[in-house]
Amino acid sequence: MDMEASKKKLGLKERYNHLTRGLDWETSYQPMEKVYPYTRYEGIKIHDWDKWEDPFRLTMDAYWKYQGEKEKKLYAIIDAFAQNNGHLGVSDARYINTLKLFIQGVSPLEYMAHRGFAHVGRQFDGASARVACQMQSVDELRHAQTQMHTVSNYNKYYNGMHNWRHWHDRVWYLSVPKSFFDDAMSAGPFEYVVAISFAFEYVLTNLLFVPFMSGAAYNGDMGTVTFGFSAQSDESRHMTLGLEIIKFILEQDPANVPIVQRWMDKWFWRGYKVLTLVSMMMDYMLPKKVMSWKEAWEIYGEQNGGALFNDLARYGIRKPKGWEQATIEKDHLSHQAWATFYNYGAAALFHTWTPTEQDKDWLSEKYPASFDKLYRPRFEHWEEQAKQGKRFYNTTLPMLCTTCQIPMLFTEPTDPTKICYRESDYKEEKYHFCSDHCKEIFDHEPEKYVQSWLPVHQIYQGNCFNPGVDPTAPDFDPLRAVLDFYKMNFGRDNFDFEGSEDQKNFAQWHGEGA
Amino acid sequence: MHIDLKTVKINPLRQTFANVATRIGGDKAASRYQEATLGLQPDANFHYRPTWDPGYELFDPARTAIKMKDWYAFKDPRQFYYGNWTMTRARQQDAMESNFDFVESRGLDAALPAELKRTALNLLLPLRHVAWGANMNNFSICAYGYGTAITAPCSFHAMDQLGIAQYITRLGLLLVGPDALDAAKQAWLKLPEWQGLRHYVEDSFVEKDWFSLFVAQNFVLDGLLYPLIYDRIVDDHLAMNGGSAIAMLTAFMSEWNAEVTKWIDAQIKTAAAESAENRELISSWVRAYRDRVAAALLPIAGIALGDVAQEAVDEVLGQFNTRAAKLGLSV
Repeated sequence: MDMEASKKKLGLKERYNHLTRGLDWETSYQPMEKVYPYTRYEGIKIHDWDKWEDPFRLTMDAYWKYQGEKEKKLYAIIDAFAQNNGHLGVSDARYINTLKLFIQGVSPLEYMAHRGFAHVGRQFDGASARVACQMQSVDELRHAQTQMHTVSNYNKYYNGMHNWRHWHDRVWYLSVPKSFFDDAMSAGPFEYVVAISFAFEYVLTNLLFVPFMSGAAYNGDMGTVTFGFSAQSDESRHMTLGLEIIKFILEQDPANVPIVQRWMDKWFWRGYKVLTLVSMMMDYMLPKKVMSWKEAWEIYGEQNGGALFNDLARYGIRKPKGWEQATIEKDHLSHQAWATFYNYGAAALFHTWTPTEQDKDWLSEKYPASFDKLYRPRFEHWEEQAKQGKRFYNTTLPMLCTTCQIPMLFTEPTDPTKICYRESDYKEEKYHFCSDHCKEIFDHEPEKYVQSWLPVHQIYQGNCFNPGVDPTAPDFDPLRAVLDFYKMNFGRDNFDFEGSEDQKNFAQWHGEGA
Repeated sequence: MHIDLKTVKINPLRQTFANVATRIGGDKAASRYQEATLGLQPDANFHYRPTWDPGYELFDPARTAIKMKDWYAFKDPRQFYYGNWTMTRARQQDAMESNFDFVESRGLDAALPAELKRTALNLLLPLRHVAWGANMNNFSICAYGYGTAITAPCSFHAMDQLGIAQYITRLGLLLVGPDALDAAKQAWLKLPEWQGLRHYVEDSFVEKDWFSLFVAQNFVLDGLLYPLIYDRIVDDHLAMNGGSAIAMLTAFMSEWNAEVTKWIDAQIKTAAAESAENRELISSWVRAYRDRVAAALLPIAGIALGDVAQEAVDEVLGQFNTRAAKLGLSV
């Protein structure tokens, strides 16, 4: 062979192919089905992995260079933020509660995404798909770690962040995001990427990540917003990957379409339910509001999402089943969620409060169809009670939806004054659901969802008390025993914002600094 | 000279997160590495068994026969988290870019003696597939391993191996062109001298015990391959015979191997020191893997060293056995 003759200038695509898929080979000492054992049982048919289009032709040299540059800038700002007590620059100490929700509920999911993409980044038969997933895996580790480093400074001065790992795996409301990701990771690799890359990253990122980061920008949180900007280019790569994955699977075989459609129905609804926490953060927890949940849903859901599903119609894909219901609920979601957390403020690891006069007026303006009629009276009633020294704390445990694990707080789509209950029987046990869609998800895979570690059930079964606690003792206080098991700093991590240690410290430090 | 800026001093309520504090002996100032690593992985109350492996929990210490009281006993002496890992590699990449530019702009590639160039290509290009296998295996360990302290560095290591596979590919493209890559793949798939190694790599793909895989890939295979190929053959033999350009284009591999060896040794040492059972198990893995790898590497060393290949392999084996003994293994 005349080797010199073959030395020619390669096109970018060809060069990238040599640097990725060219590395791969068909194994013969071990059968391919044993080397890649998990990509067949879901029923997805892939005929030709070479049809995979690399959405971003990123080689490791470019990746290191680009990411290293971003990290250098980010850590310079995190350092400056810590040195200058940047936390005192936020709009109001109430804002810090959104960071508690973030580190308790969202950062642990970044970590799970890291491990989940490591799994599919090893398992996909196609080399280029593996490389794309591997890059996302380390990106997600980046996000988990930089979030720890950003929030670390707040954790030194405020409550409700110090034991996020322990809480995420035990506390009642945190089983909502935890079970969401466990569900995706315990599914097959194709369902995982449809769930996370497509439904979560592509369809819902603008309703999850963006509201937190915009909230940080509006409320003077330089540390978090810098992280947000730094992660933005990673996120847009992940979204691009999400779209490529879905197109690739759909184009490979028509038999894939109904499977993918069912996953989209399921994962849109699972993701949307997790966003309940975000909706109340936007409408109730941000002292300076960015936009209402309803507006966000209209822009990022109805408009952008609508356009996306119009594009996918050519593959035979329709909008996820729960879409219409999400649109109906946009007037109610955040109010019902915040009212529930206000109720359970003794058992939550962030502070709750009734909206200020200014907040209430904003909510009336943003929610003309629902706030004044249904929700203002409720908050004003609680406000009145609190003024009389009778701040309401609910001490009974709520029933949870077996699928999304949210307390049964949502109302009927057709009647916002009536709680929605659904149920299914499976092997002589009864299971409860907050909605038709959660029931449908269960009914399709009951053997999976009967395994759910439902926090309320676990409490009643006696699995959420510290060793040595005697539930038969005459002075036994079950709620207090559960909060001890949670490792909550009782009186510091929980209760109303009014009178909290966070509130006092922020005011005092602010006064000294000014 | 001393200047004294007046700043507001407020006393923190705590120094770090509880998942970190319990692993560093109490609430005290924690490093970036510690906050990015210790206790990051969930370890309780998983909701559903994985449908792809229902015998285990999502993260399950039983996926290896190694037993540890505390999986965060594994420490990375480099203290890598994503930020300092990627910044370190970016600096090395700058140096490698200069090396590639230097070789290309001075025409050093064309000046290589023809025989030596052919040898170097025959030896190095199929190794891009070995690095690719290492990439897959380290993502396996990251996915199914237990505890961020060992799984996170494995994801960095996997990306490093992809980087190495790409440096070797670039070397092939620079010195010859795409045809050389195709020829090398055929050699990897067909030529007898590569089959022992390919067989070993493909067997490693189906190894289910992730710590055994760590031993097979990172400790034994790379522990013999890197010193043999990059130190003994490229940096010594080829460089001394007019092939310093080749050594420049693989400079990353030698430097990288010296760095990662410290990390790999720390993992093996920690696991072996935990119990006699661990030590026995790891030692037996090492013995079995070592003998296979040594046999597989001999014909490959022969590509460059001919008759003295056995001597070179023996020398590298001797060093490896000393290294293993220092880590507490009986090999």
